[in-house]
Amino acid sequence: MSEPEALSVIVEREIPYPPEKLWRALTQPHLIEEWLMKNDFKPVVGHSFSLRADPQPNWSGVIDCEVLAVEPNKALSYTWGTLGLKTVVTLTLTPTGTGTHLRMEQSGFTRDRPQNYAGAKYGWQKFLANLERVMARSD
Amino acid sequence: MPNTHDVLFRTLADPTRRALFERLCREGEKTVGALTARSGVSQPAVSKHLGVLKQAGLVRDRHEGRLTHYRAQFGALAPLMDWTSQMAGFWQNRFDRLEDLLKRMDQ
Repeated sequence: MSEPEALSVIVEREIPYPPEKLWRALTQPHLIEEWLMKNDFKPVVGHSFSLRADPQPNWSGVIDCEVLAVEPNKALSYTWGTLGLKTVVTLTLTPTGTGTHLRMEQSGFTRDRPQNYAGAKYGWQKFLANLERVMARSD
Repeated sequence: MPNTHDVLFRTLADPTRRALFERLCREGEKTVGALTARSGVSQPAVSKHLGVLKQAGLVRDRHEGRLTHYRAQFGALAPLMDWTSQMAGFWQNRFDRLEDLLKRMDQ
């Protein structure tokens, strides 16, 4: 598991079902619709699709996505572009004795400019942690 | 607000710029000259980065004679913090729905 390189959101959950069943819920369009949003997803790398929620006053409700990685029963990654911000969502499934550990990481940068990472001294989390300390001191 | 996110992400995606901003956060107000001394890049490059940081509202400048002093604006980071907590809440909620769905699904 690579460590987060960007400002990222990580949400984890123990799911009391095997990875195979969870994988179906994550990759079959009619099932994705039930927990996430309406969609035209296909588990094919390079496939462009959209997730559609009900439009809101300041939001079209559309999220533009592209599949980046598909490892059946293990990992799924796609871009998540909306409101002018493109992020990457990666779902990772790890079997446990009683089910599956599901990990979602959404990172604030896409990887389309790798030179931005190579020279980066600090990961985002470290950056923000440092900053919080500085801010606490400056109160 | 969406544009604010985009600008902040893009502005801080550059490691040199991020390092400059972080230094201003850590060490307080600095002149362009002082920032250049340990940055490993030329003064015009530092000035250019500071201009981008200023555009994004991440730094403020203050002129004193011929010198320009720069200072970090912590408040400008609030949208990033907001984005993180909003998305975490969103996914927690969706995972609740995912679990409900799994209960209803056939093996």
